[in-house]
Amino acid sequence: MTSRTCPILGLKIERHAEWLVRVNAVTAIVFFLVGVIAALLLVLTRWQAVHYLTAPWYYRVLTAHGLNMLIFFIIFFEMAVLYFAGPIMLNCRVPAPGVGWASFGLMLLGALMVNYYVWAGKADVLFTSYVPMKAHPGYYLGIILFAVGALVVTGLFFAALVVARREKTYKGSVPLVTFGAFTAAVIAVITLLHGAIIYIPTFLWSLGLMDMDAEMYRMVWWGLGHSSQQINVAAHVACWYLLAGLTVGGVVLNEKVSRTAYVLYVLFISMASAHHLLVDPGLSAPWKIWNTSYAMYLAVLASMIHGFTVPGGIEAGMRLRGFNQGLFQWLTRAPWFDPGFSALWLSLVIFGFGGGITGVVIGTEQINIIAHNTLRIPGHFHMTVVAGTALCFMGVTYYVIPLIFRRRVALWPLARVQPFLFGAGISLMAIGMTYAGGFGVPRRHWDISFTNAAFSIEFPPIVDLFMALVGIGGILAAVGGLSYVAVAVLSLLGRPLSDSELKEGGPGIPQGISSLPPQSYSVEETEAAHSRGCPGTMVLVFIFLAAFVVYYFANWKLLALIWKVG
Amino acid sequence: MKGLHSGLVSPEGNWWEPVGKQEKTWVTISFIWCMLLFAMMPLWHFKGGQNPSSGVRSKVDAQAFRERHQRFVKDYQVMVDGQPLMDGKDKNIPVVAPPPGSEVYIQASMWTWSPVLRLQKGATYSVHLSSVDLNHGFSLYPLNLNLQVVPGYDYNLKMTPNQTGEFRIICNEFCGIGHHMMVGKVEVVE
Repeated sequence: MTSRTCPILGLKIERHAEWLVRVNAVTAIVFFLVGVIAALLLVLTRWQAVHYLTAPWYYRVLTAHGLNMLIFFIIFFEMAVLYFAGPIMLNCRVPAPGVGWASFGLMLLGALMVNYYVWAGKADVLFTSYVPMKAHPGYYLGIILFAVGALVVTGLFFAALVVARREKTYKGSVPLVTFGAFTAAVIAVITLLHGAIIYIPTFLWSLGLMDMDAEMYRMVWWGLGHSSQQINVAAHVACWYLLAGLTVGGVVLNEKVSRTAYVLYVLFISMASAHHLLVDPGLSAPWKIWNTSYAMYLAVLASMIHGFTVPGGIEAGMRLRGFNQGLFQWLTRAPWFDPGFSALWLSLVIFGFGGGITGVVIGTEQINIIAHNTLRIPGHFHMTVVAGTALCFMGVTYYVIPLIFRRRVALWPLARVQPFLFGAGISLMAIGMTYAGGFGVPRRHWDISFTNAAFSIEFPPIVDLFMALVGIGGILAAVGGLSYVAVAVLSLLGRPLSDSELKEGGPGIPQGISSLPPQSYSVEETEAAHSRGCPGTMVLVFIFLAAFVVYYFANWKLLALIWKVG
Repeated sequence: MKGLHSGLVSPEGNWWEPVGKQEKTWVTISFIWCMLLFAMMPLWHFKGGQNPSSGVRSKVDAQAFRERHQRFVKDYQVMVDGQPLMDGKDKNIPVVAPPPGSEVYIQASMWTWSPVLRLQKGATYSVHLSSVDLNHGFSLYPLNLNLQVVPGYDYNLKMTPNQTGEFRIICNEFCGIGHHMMVGKVEVVE
């Protein structure tokens, strides 16, 4: 198999690896397009002033939105990340490329089957498909095929690690980015096994071959449903380190600290299934407390560690490059119009301040009483998985286009502002959802004016304002999302670039590509960096902690006001 | 000490190095905060008034729950001029006024909450929630008190209304095409 040497990173890129990254990334973006069109229809329905879709179509489109975004877009993209962080970053070949292509085919078949049954109205069961609500057996089968394909790709990634080590294609330990992808792959195995444990019986149940217990389904399903979000966290944290290195020469402050934090993810993160069941019957308080806290919040600790080491690494890297004035010159002089950098930074900030804080708070056993199944929940996860994972992956795309597709990023002026558009839109929408949910506005609900209900309900007028914010923010985010698709597709239609053109830069080549910042430093420079420290990051993390503490105790206060329950 | 490098570089040799002062500070503070987050939950079980995991948690089949709910309605139904009082427009949901301390059975089905409850402020009731078909979501408006209602399971919690007024039960778990019409009512009187 032929290979080429990347003129920017000096890595040996085998053709199979290159094409597997390309095909998986393009497929991801196609499913993203379906998901973003669905999203637009959904916000235009939930915005009660527009209320566009009919009830059956609202739930159908909601089902399609969840599956195409959370499963097909993100997991296809993660497959591309695995091929990049494995064979490409380790300079090695793809072991058994035929298997890679076959599992891609299997995943595609599964995704198409699921989409067929959903759009044909044979699976109006929403993303969670809680039994005894039943979809067509083909729907469950499609998910099983997709999951099997993804599982095989994680196996190929592990095999690549073995091959790279045996063939000595790198020296020392694997890079931190690869290590992060490795933890994501381990979590993926745990997740997909939960998926098998729940979807195979459910498939048999849908054929009438066995019985299912509704609560047992919820517990095991969330072993898949939530753990899959933990794959995303591990993967996008790996991409934070990747983008930090590529865009501004962000360094790893301490390999031990960052890798230990990843290990905490692997050890504790799959316990998160519990925080979906905090106000469920049939489960005891000790079980809920232990599991919802990921064993005493050790996985939260891991995220708080990355929340320091990523910006700290960026600060140290920028200071090493001479941006040393004051507390924040490293931020003010950062390449804000490099969409790789802005996507990284917005992802980091919105994920931490928005998704992270709200997630821990509403995932507290008792506080969940005032959050469960309200709009606070999608408010939270649109700040984790959309502003966190999806936005980060968009930033990665702007580097993958020149590095792997060897094309210019098209519509460059639009691409430069796209992360801001998308980040602002998602944030506005999520803030609107969070506050509306605080008034008891339900999620997954077609009509909060409750037409033809036995009893009338009128939400206070302020809720209209928050729902308008959901509408406007959602539209803005959809514009950002469609811009991303347009940029990506038009880029691929462009002509291939030669090595010298890539190095030359110009419009459509992010600054980290045309002038890659230093990726390693001498011992003297390192000593100076350590003595300077990261004062700006220290300020930022303490602002974060203060916000966390205030939001946390404010929610206990709100909880204490309601009826006594228990 | 070795040179700093980005996350794209393979670190050579032993990278198990001492942790810098600032990182150590942040990790320590984060760890303490995490322990506090953890301690709050058991603490609230002893000191707080809202805990979603107390009470009896047992399995119950749909038919048994339906019968228990009917008996509850018959026992405490509100009568006006010898006729049972109904509410909820054409849904005709019986109005029930259980005495303080009684067992209360709320039945969720597509797409009705039954019965309409008339409770007393400050009294404690032992509430049983279950569904006879799909998952439903119990969301007491405007309190924003939310509980999951799962078929086959009796969710039993003590509840003590602390204010008078009219409340609504919104269904906030998707339960099919009539989901948005599934609204119930609770009245709390002095």
